[in-house]
Parts: sequence; structure tokens; C-alpha cells
Amino acid sequence: MNFRKVLALVRKEFKKTTREPAILFLTILFPIMLTLAFGLSFGAVGGTQQDTFQIGLINMDNGSSQNWAQSFISNLTSTQVLKVNIYSENHTAQFDLQQGRLKAVLIIPEGFSEACSVLKVSSISTSKWKNVSIPLYLDRGSIIATQAIPPIIQQALSTTVYGPQQNIAVQPIRLDLSMVEVSKQTAFDYMAPGLFAYASIFLTMTVAGSFTGDRENGLLRRISTTPLTATEFMISQVFSNMGLGLIQAIIIFAMAYTVGFRPQVEAGNIIVAFLIMLTFSLCNVGFGLITATIAKSSNAATGIAFIFILPQMFLGTFVGAALSPTAQAIGRLVPSYYVTDAITSLLLRKAHFSSPTVLLDFGIIIASSIMVLAFGILSFKRYGKA
Amino acid sequence: MNEPIIVIEDLVKRFGDSTAVDNLSLKIFEGELFGLLGPNGAGKTTTINVLCGLFKPTGGKVLVDGFDVQKETSKVKSLIGVCPQDTAVFKYLTGRENVELFGSLYGLPKEKLRRNASTLLNRLGFNGYADVLTSKYSGGMKRRLSLIMALVHDPEIAFLDEPTVGMDPQSRHAVWTFLRELKGHGKTIILTTHYMEEAENLCDRIGIVDHGKLIAVGTLDELKEQYGVNCLEDVFMQLTGRKIRDEM
Repeated sequence: MNFRKVLALVRKEFKKTTREPAILFLTILFPIMLTLAFGLSFGAVGGTQQDTFQIGLINMDNGSSQNWAQSFISNLTSTQVLKVNIYSENHTAQFDLQQGRLKAVLIIPEGFSEACSVLKVSSISTSKWKNVSIPLYLDRGSIIATQAIPPIIQQALSTTVYGPQQNIAVQPIRLDLSMVEVSKQTAFDYMAPGLFAYASIFLTMTVAGSFTGDRENGLLRRISTTPLTATEFMISQVFSNMGLGLIQAIIIFAMAYTVGFRPQVEAGNIIVAFLIMLTFSLCNVGFGLITATIAKSSNAATGIAFIFILPQMFLGTFVGAALSPTAQAIGRLVPSYYVTDAITSLLLRKAHFSSPTVLLDFGIIIASSIMVLAFGILSFKRYGKA
Repeated sequence: MNEPIIVIEDLVKRFGDSTAVDNLSLKIFEGELFGLLGPNGAGKTTTINVLCGLFKPTGGKVLVDGFDVQKETSKVKSLIGVCPQDTAVFKYLTGRENVELFGSLYGLPKEKLRRNASTLLNRLGFNGYADVLTSKYSGGMKRRLSLIMALVHDPEIAFLDEPTVGMDPQSRHAVWTFLRELKGHGKTIILTTHYMEEAENLCDRIGIVDHGKLIAVGTLDELKEQYGVNCLEDVFMQLTGRKIRDEM
């Protein structure tokens, strides 16, 4: 093994990355743009995001000796999450909901205060209760609104009816939510681990394009006339793409940090996350070689690469979280699933890097990467060089 | 006469049912500039590819400087330099970077590599253009660069597959002068070309192949005398006919 020869080819690959606009975009600029776009869309620059939801409220309660509706509105507003807009009638509120100006419309019905008052004095005598329903309309175009708003309103309602202390007192067994840090995290925080895998997947396309391009131009054959061995050549490709994988991981981490991603974990977890990305880059080199074996030209390689890119993208990254249970089960067949899962464990769940789940994921990533890379090298050597 | 540096015995190369090289036997001598001529698809490039160790022969034996090409491929590869028919240069590297990359692949020490690269780049007219990306080069410049990439490690034997194709007359004459200099330094050069004038001007001996067979070999004068004609083109046309050949 002559490392000078390997190093010469690695240098050549890095020059190609910086000088070929398409490769520069896919390898360096794409991860920057991807992380920035997702970070700005789903997070907040420089810190965590506290979402506020505009809701419409129509108060049809006729009141009683105690005005429970005002108390309910006051509790809704005090959550800091809901910005309450009072409407005099439902039609206008529904129109604003349809236009996306509101995330929800809530109607406090007639008899609300009376029902609350009866409950207060006859809390154990259910036969005396007066039933009222509070209609809640949600923005159907917003997954966050449909999931986040109902429990917030439910909480405000409970506080109104039972009071904050009474709620705790009457229930000897209760859920302690003080440890839950969900409210401090943004949607981007949940996406960030998947972004690492997402960007690396595109190495498949650059590797396939590079090999088919060099084959078309007679460069692979020309290199074959030199004393360079096939092993030295393949090692140079693996080294250079691992280097690019590492650069991508650093870029994504730096950009994610810039837009507010702050994993509160020890350095070992971050180092292992980077090692996982390095290993995963080998897998994508393997997929790239398989693509280059199949593809007749560099143009065809770009299209064929999506055979490997799309399943990994949709089943194995943050996109997969929104899929059906069946699709998520199928996701376990793609290596990127384990990358996302391992990095989520390391950076979000704060699992120690030596914990079983991380080690199992990492083991699967190593095994699948070696298999895919070996298959890629053998198939390209056997069928792809001509 | 010098010792034969390349010995080809009953070489056969088949691709499926098609025979590209058919029982070709030939000796090329040390320090010789040998021209391999033939119509498109005659088997010239396939023969060169077998000699360089790129293709495994179907039958026969090839020795390069005493090394069996099939069994001692890496030794053969370190002795030779190959300028392929395709203008195979990395477009995202400069001329100098391309040359130095290939010199590195032959294991040339850094200092010698830089010296050789600069000498050859200047010698073939790259003053001021050596550090420009090859994507900006003309076709002729790329061909000249390709030749330098084949010779940067100062090989004993050079296989040049149509090295002057697409060059203007000035470039072609510069390359011819350069090849004569190489021959003057005792290098063995195997050249394929479609330019009869080039073969007449440069080659010590000429071999003509057609349908994979070596159908004539000798010096220019021997061939003219043997076929009773005044120029190499007449020899060539007499032996290979006037039918247009296409190569897939």
C-alpha cells in the first residue's frame, strides 16, 4: 500500500468538490441550505421557540352570580401560548379560521357559568350537574395546531373549574409534568438528528456521478494503466468520501447550533454521533458504486441514485416520524433509520453512548455499511468498469 | 539491431463471438519507434490495451521487457506510459495538477515530479497555461497534456494511441520533434495513427493490422518496395481496401 498515491487521489477528490459547482452544491451548500431552511422554518434563530397560537373566541355565556366565562378566558390568556381574539359572532370567526388567520375557534356556550356553579356546589352529586359542551374548531391545515391546542384548552378549563390547587388535592395519584422539557424544544430539535442522515444520503449521487463521469471520459481506464492497485484506488475513494461525510456532519451541526439546536449532552455523545455519520458515509459510497455499476452514463446515474436515496430519505430520516406504523416498520430495512435513531438517542434522549440501544444501532450501521460497500466494490469491479 | 523489448506471440483477443486480435505475433525492439496502422476497428487499440495490461488476452503470450503482461502486470505498468485515444484529463484540475497527479501514481519523488512536470509542460508549449483549469483548454492542448501525463515518469516504453489527432499542424510538428527527441534518448515508442504522413516521418518500422491480423510489417522503404508503390498510403489502401470502415 502506497499512501502517497492514495493521498494524491484524495487531494484530487477534494479539489473536485470545491471546483465542480454541482458537487460543491450537493456536498457543502445543500447541507447548509437544508439546515438553515428547516431551522428557520421549525425553530428559532439563537434559541428555543415558544409558539403562540391565535385563537378566536365567541362568548355566548349569559353569566350568573359568578362569571365563569371571564375566568376561563383569563386562564386561556395566562398560558402565554394562546392569543385570544374575541369575536361577537361565529361566522366571522369561522371565516378567519378558513383563511388561516386563526389556529382555532372556541365557543363558550350559553349556560357555561351556570354549569360551573352547579358543579362547584354539587361536585359529588352527579344527578344535579348541568351538561354543556364547548365547541372547538381547529385549523385542519396545521398538524401542530391540531395536536397542541386541545390539551392547552383542556388544562385552562380544568384550572377554571377546579382551580390550580384543588386539581392536585383531589387526586392523590397525579402526573408530574415538571420534568418534561417538551415546551423548551422546537420542532427543529426533533428534526435535527434526521438532518444528519438526510444530507449524507446524497453522497450516493455524487459518488455515482463521479465514477460514471470518470468512466465516460476514459479516466478510470487511464488510471488503470498506472501501477496504482485497485485496493489503493478504492481506499482513496473511501477516505475522500468519509472526509466529505465528516465535513457534512460538522456543517450540519454548526448550522443547527446556529439556528438554536442545543443538545445538552456530554462530548462523548457528540463524538459518537460523528463516528456514526462517518460510518454511514461508507454505506452511501457503496450505494453510489452500485448505482455507477447499473448506470450507463453520468446523467442516468443521477436518476438511478434516487432508487437508493428516496427510501432512505422517506423511511429513515425525520420524514419517517410522520409515516404510518407499517411504513415505519419497513423503515427498519434502511440504514438511515438506525442513523437517525442512534443520533436521536445520543443528542435528544441523552442516552449514554455505551447504552444498549446506541450500541445496537451503531452495530447495525457498521454491519450494513460494510456489506453495502463490499457489494458496491465487487459489483463495480466485476460489471461497472467497462 | 537492439534486443526485442516487446514480444507478442500468437496473441488472440475475443469479445464474445467477435475476434478483435487474431493470432498476432510481433517483436518491437528497444529504442524503436514503431507505427501500428490500420482502419477503424482493425484491432490497434485492443492490441495496445493488452500490451498495457488493461485487457486479458484470450490466447497467446505478451512479454514487455521480459515480464509477462498477464502474470507481472504491476511490473509492466511501472515500465510503461500510456497516452490513450480518449483525451482523458481531469477537467477540474489544472494542467500541472493533472501531470503531477499521474506522476504521483507512478510513485515519483516530489522534487523529481515537479521538475519533470515543469520541463515537459514548458517543452510542449504550456508556458503561462500550466496553472489554468483544463476545462479552458482547446482540444489540441488537451491532447498535448495527455501526452505529457503519459510521459511524466520518464517511462522506458510509451504507448501512444493516436496522440496527434485533432491537433493543428504547429502542435503536430512540435509533438513529432518531441517524439524524435524521446527516441534519441533510447525510449521505445509504439504509436498508432491514421495519419500516413506521421508514420512516414516518424516510424522506424510500420505494422499494418486489419481484422485483428498483422498483414504487413517492415520499414517504410521495405513496404513500398514489397508492394511496388511510392507512398505508405498506397500500401495501406492496397492492403486494406477502399471500403469505408465503421467502428462501434
